[in-house]
Amino acid sequence: MISAPSSTWFSGPPHWGWLIVLYFFVGGLAGGSYFLAALIDLLGRPEDRPLARVGYYIAFPCILFSGLLLSLDLTRPLRFWHMLIESHTFRPMFKYWSPMSIGSWALVVFGVFSFISFLGALAEEGRITWSPLRTVRPPGVVATIVSVVGGIAGFYVASYTGVLLAVTNRPIWSDTHLLGMLFVISAASTSAALLMLLARRYGLALPALSGLRRLDDWMLMLELLVLIALVVSLGPAARGWLNAWGAFFAMVVVFGVIVPLILAFRARQRRELHVAAASVLVLLGGFLLRLVIVFSANSVRT
Amino acid sequence: MPEPMGFYTDTTVCIGCKACEVACKEWNQLPSTNGGVNTLSGDSYDNTRRLDGIHWRHVKFIEQFTEDRKDGRWLLMSDVCKHCVQAGCLEVCPTGAIIRTEFDTVVIQSDTCNGCRDCLAACPFGVIDINPASGTAQKCTLCYDRLRGGLEPACSKACPTKSIQFGTIRELRDRAQQRVEQLHQTGENRAYLYGADDKMLGGLNSFYLLVDKPEVYGLPPDPKMPSRNLVPSSMYAALGALLVGLAGVFSFRNRGASEDGEVRR
Repeated sequence: MISAPSSTWFSGPPHWGWLIVLYFFVGGLAGGSYFLAALIDLLGRPEDRPLARVGYYIAFPCILFSGLLLSLDLTRPLRFWHMLIESHTFRPMFKYWSPMSIGSWALVVFGVFSFISFLGALAEEGRITWSPLRTVRPPGVVATIVSVVGGIAGFYVASYTGVLLAVTNRPIWSDTHLLGMLFVISAASTSAALLMLLARRYGLALPALSGLRRLDDWMLMLELLVLIALVVSLGPAARGWLNAWGAFFAMVVVFGVIVPLILAFRARQRRELHVAAASVLVLLGGFLLRLVIVFSANSVRT
Repeated sequence: MPEPMGFYTDTTVCIGCKACEVACKEWNQLPSTNGGVNTLSGDSYDNTRRLDGIHWRHVKFIEQFTEDRKDGRWLLMSDVCKHCVQAGCLEVCPTGAIIRTEFDTVVIQSDTCNGCRDCLAACPFGVIDINPASGTAQKCTLCYDRLRGGLEPACSKACPTKSIQFGTIRELRDRAQQRVEQLHQTGENRAYLYGADDKMLGGLNSFYLLVDKPEVYGLPPDPKMPSRNLVPSSMYAALGALLVGLAGVFSFRNRGASEDGEVRR
């Protein structure tokens, strides 16, 4: 190709595929569920805590699964620990300027906090009887610290993947600054959707649920704005989406964001089923959005 | 500490013999099976197709001919890792497998690499790929082992026309500049150097003499470091997190008033 819209067109694809798409989605759910649960713990009322516990029950298995997905995606999976420890010197490996390096550490930190909160939630329900675990549940200073630090780690895990894509030289990924922002907002909306579905499934009727619904509406509106801004910010590089992927992207925006928004507003009258349908669409849309972003750039090469 | 070493490739004298590709494969014990692909590419005489884990040299054949093929020219170029002074691959590598050597070259340590493939996406030139034999990311090492033994790299040693020249960067830049002036004097005014100064990624330790736009050779006109996006992208991500947090505060604080008619105390 003689003319390319951006110098990023001359790089090569990293062959990140289904495992990475799934990780972006599941990792987003882990981080998102945790920070929503932490927000509910910090701001909500005591009777909202069952909903927060659902968040922690999602976060920990999801982050464990994420670690598995990431390791399996390596062409040398047994060397996963090289991300954390330099294999010659056995010193800690840490590059603050490489999102994958900080991200690996963030997964460890977040894993620890999500495990603590997971156990705390079990203890609060009386399924584990080891009294120190009760201190990680509110009220209390320890609980606040766990929620704040774990919540920040959750935000990080949910957003760094977008920054990681940007800190490359691939078309589309590195032609916009908005992927990290998009991923954290999408993580919030998909996690809120999953929490609402599970709350419905277990028949939880809590004050925070209506808050969650409102939050999801806000997130979807914000996501729509960011998606529009993203396409604009691509500039000439948007040419990478002048193909079937672009059409797929548009469909994901319509069915994963706009339709759920319409359903959410119509839900004011006939709500339960609409909310459930909207939640399913949001989750599906969140997955497909990541799929389009990962695969569409992978297929571009001069 | 040795001086920075590298390649100067004068594309105007390349004859497309691929001796560099063969010498590279022989010395580095890379398979000649082309990854099992036994079809022709249909792209001129190029069946190597691209640089990857088992092709560390790639001779490009660019045919520039008029429709009736009465007039035209061949552009031939032996492509290789640029051993950038500011190397995107080295920058992002999360395991520390990619290092800068005492020769100012960039080398991937295969025993450390775990195959995350971040460097594949980070390289502005699309040089790196996974070698299926090792399962790790691989590329030209500028024959680090030969350099350590006082030899020159296999490809430049094998090049019959001195299209690929090996030496200290300082000496190569002088030589390349003289060649550009010589070409200009003979009327070839399109000749210029690509990556021979510090402006492009701090300098390419494998730089080129070209006679057409970089894009024609499949080279990016304006290669950049991956980290250019780190701060702005992180800022927007943080802004996103802040907005989510604020929405959380409003949603969970104000909740209830309209839904269950409860008045907040």
